[in-house]
Amino acid sequence: MTCLHARFRLLLGLVLLAGLAIGLSACADDEPPAEDAGQITIYSGRGESLVGPLIERFEEVSGITVRVRYAGTAELAAAILEEGGRSPADIFYAQDAGALAALAEADALTRLPDGVIEMVGAEFADSDGRWVATSGRARVLVYSPERVPNPPDSVFDLVDEEWRGRVGWAPTNGSFQAFVTAMRHIHGEDVTEAWLRGMIANDVREFPGNSPQVQAVGDGEIDIGLVNHYYLFRFTAEDPGFAAANRFTDPGAAGGLINIAGVALLEASENDDNALEFIRFLLSEEAQKYFRDETSEYPVSADVKARAELIPLDELDPPSLALTSLSDLEGTLALLQEVGALP
Amino acid sequence: MSVFSGVAEFPGQLRSRIPALWILASAAAGAACIPLLYLLIRAAQADGDAWADVLSNETGRLLLNTAALALSVTATSAALALPMAYLTERTDLPFARWWRSITIVPLAVPSYVGAFAFIVAFGPHGSLQELLSPLGVESIPSLYGFVGAWLTLTLFTYPYLLLVIRAGLRDLDPALEEAARSLGQSAWGAFWRVTVPQLRVSLAAGSLLVALYVISDFGAVSMMRFDTFTRAIFVRFGSSFDRSTLAVLSLVLVALVAVVLAIDWSQRRNARYHRLGAGAARAPRRVRLRRYRWPASAGLLIVTGVALLVPVAVLFHWLSNGLQQGETFPGLWSAALHSLEASALAGGVAVVAAVPIAIVVVRRPGFLSRIIDRAAYVGYALPGIVVAFALIYFSLRVTPGLYQTLGILIFAYAVLFLPQAISGLRSSLVRVQPGIEEASRSLNRNSWQTFTGVTLPLIAPGVLAGFALVFLTTMKELPATLLLAPIGFETLATGLWAQHQDVYFARAAANALLLLGCAALPMIILFGNDRGLRT
Repeated sequence: MTCLHARFRLLLGLVLLAGLAIGLSACADDEPPAEDAGQITIYSGRGESLVGPLIERFEEVSGITVRVRYAGTAELAAAILEEGGRSPADIFYAQDAGALAALAEADALTRLPDGVIEMVGAEFADSDGRWVATSGRARVLVYSPERVPNPPDSVFDLVDEEWRGRVGWAPTNGSFQAFVTAMRHIHGEDVTEAWLRGMIANDVREFPGNSPQVQAVGDGEIDIGLVNHYYLFRFTAEDPGFAAANRFTDPGAAGGLINIAGVALLEASENDDNALEFIRFLLSEEAQKYFRDETSEYPVSADVKARAELIPLDELDPPSLALTSLSDLEGTLALLQEVGALP
Repeated sequence: MSVFSGVAEFPGQLRSRIPALWILASAAAGAACIPLLYLLIRAAQADGDAWADVLSNETGRLLLNTAALALSVTATSAALALPMAYLTERTDLPFARWWRSITIVPLAVPSYVGAFAFIVAFGPHGSLQELLSPLGVESIPSLYGFVGAWLTLTLFTYPYLLLVIRAGLRDLDPALEEAARSLGQSAWGAFWRVTVPQLRVSLAAGSLLVALYVISDFGAVSMMRFDTFTRAIFVRFGSSFDRSTLAVLSLVLVALVAVVLAIDWSQRRNARYHRLGAGAARAPRRVRLRRYRWPASAGLLIVTGVALLVPVAVLFHWLSNGLQQGETFPGLWSAALHSLEASALAGGVAVVAAVPIAIVVVRRPGFLSRIIDRAAYVGYALPGIVVAFALIYFSLRVTPGLYQTLGILIFAYAVLFLPQAISGLRSSLVRVQPGIEEASRSLNRNSWQTFTGVTLPLIAPGVLAGFALVFLTTMKELPATLLLAPIGFETLATGLWAQHQDVYFARAAANALLLLGCAALPMIILFGNDRGLRT
């Protein structure tokens, strides 16, 4: 009985202490009002490990305090829509173009000044100037050099009998869906549907995202995965002996699509100047070099060249397809559901 | 069989003249229904397509899948939890105090981490297959699909049942079992004919927790590629950002939950589970396992080994890879403090909110108290993302100053996990003889004094069980934390998710291991003493 009471008291004490600590810390970092010139709030669908150091650098250079909420791109896009004009966020930093396009369509974004849009090539900005790309990733096949000495040149080869049960994909993933949208626009609905059905008939393995496929290629569970190019570099950074390689395919077609991460200024922001300063920083030479060197992505600024081990953008010949047209996700989702790739 | 049956009547114990109890209970249950209100508001804005989508064949298949998974996981969890609870509480099992803590820690393993570890270990080309390959085993049966989801969810949800059953066992008067033994029943017979029926409340409450958890789980089913309704909600929502569709689909899920709750309703009876004789129940005599001691230990070792050692081994493998590459681990300790702080507060708030509900359900049975009880389960059965959006909607309109503060986050946790606290409390409260409370009232103590001085000490095991359940579940909560936490308030669960998302496996592993440690330590403090919690 005494022992129990003692533990109860201990527990109660801990809870009270925690409450007190929270109360004190709440008083301590009483946040300044939104008008405060020295602060912006970012909703980032890109992870802290990837962009955190860059944001710290921006704080150093500009003297502006940055508050960041990190979460999934889709969840944050929907949260911004739910918050509407009351959103505390100034900037949305997204992992894919689809989420940016959805916000643009809902009139949640402010048009960016021409000076910002012109910092990147025309193919890397929304045609209405409501968002701009900050870095690019190529769609590739990740494969096992040991088990696949002659990797295919086209995603369309993957429906061949040779690859039965050896290929992975991630139908729930935004990048994969953008790739299917591109395929619909370039090759037509019928070709895309036939390819999707052919892949399923060929016993394609389903994964919840890009990195599990890279892992599965390394583990030998599959021999080829449909992914973005830069995941492999993270795996080799963790384990230099990681046995997998990237294969660039389908120049000029959907398999050679360049996906983007991008940024937008929210309509709800009352902090436009600071927010625009951040967007300009992301497109500056320093930030573009960071994407090239640290996250192994393609820079979108013409002044910064891609990493030596990547095929340069102009040689990659990504499909001539406005990124904005990738926002036609609804048709892609309907198709993926129809063929049974999505629940 | 009829040692406890008979419709009970509960004379006016704890019956205050003012309906404060009812107001508190209704308020707590009402808070749990906030997400439902949000769904109705959003669904009203949905167009015809969203509704047509719901009526498709696909919906039927998903619901069947979900129901089959929930039923199977609940059945196997009960089959694991009942013997585990009995072994750790009532027998001379070696190292029982350690087992009491360790057997519930799997609850803190996020289901996506568990599923991932199982795929690495038992997948088609996993470690197990590698171990077996010298023996000529080239492939092992696939883990993906129903089997994987079933296995994973069973191993990480059985502690819900275990904790609730154990709280029930601790308060059980051993006199009934002894009477059965004296009437010639074997120990085994007494267990099945007396102990198990007496635990009906605990079994029902724990099963409900498991079944509803499975219905709302996303992590395990997505890793294991098994299509459930919640997975479909996440997938469609994650691609289209359309909150109306999300609402319509979630309402279908609510209908499924209503069926589960109705089944549970029809199973509950107004039976009496407390002792009637004078005096207090003795501490039960421990059953001597004799030659079964080591087989029983081996059984526990297998369950906890698969549920804990496999994930821990996989996590250590990642961690050591990262350490060899000179990986750094920023922000780990503050994340751990945030996790502990948020989980402890959520546990405390949920238990306090659950007390009035548990009292009206047990002491004032009737239509209204049943409605209150059912209503409290609504938030728990919905995916966390739905609760998060409901609170974004209402917080910005009603309490804009509280938006994205710790207060609103704790409120969200309480809405999500209230039923866990209720289950813990209820299974203890049914054992408290109302006469004791009446005696206290007749001695001129008011109902508050009676509650704190008499009832609370008697239901301490249930309070602890409820607190532990909410604490452990909050530790691993992800969707609501990501959207509602104050900016910069990173927890171990959000760190784990973010680092894994960005393919920083070593950092993710460090977060996950620390999460398990932070979960295990309080459990050892709370449950690790030899004398149990008999009061």
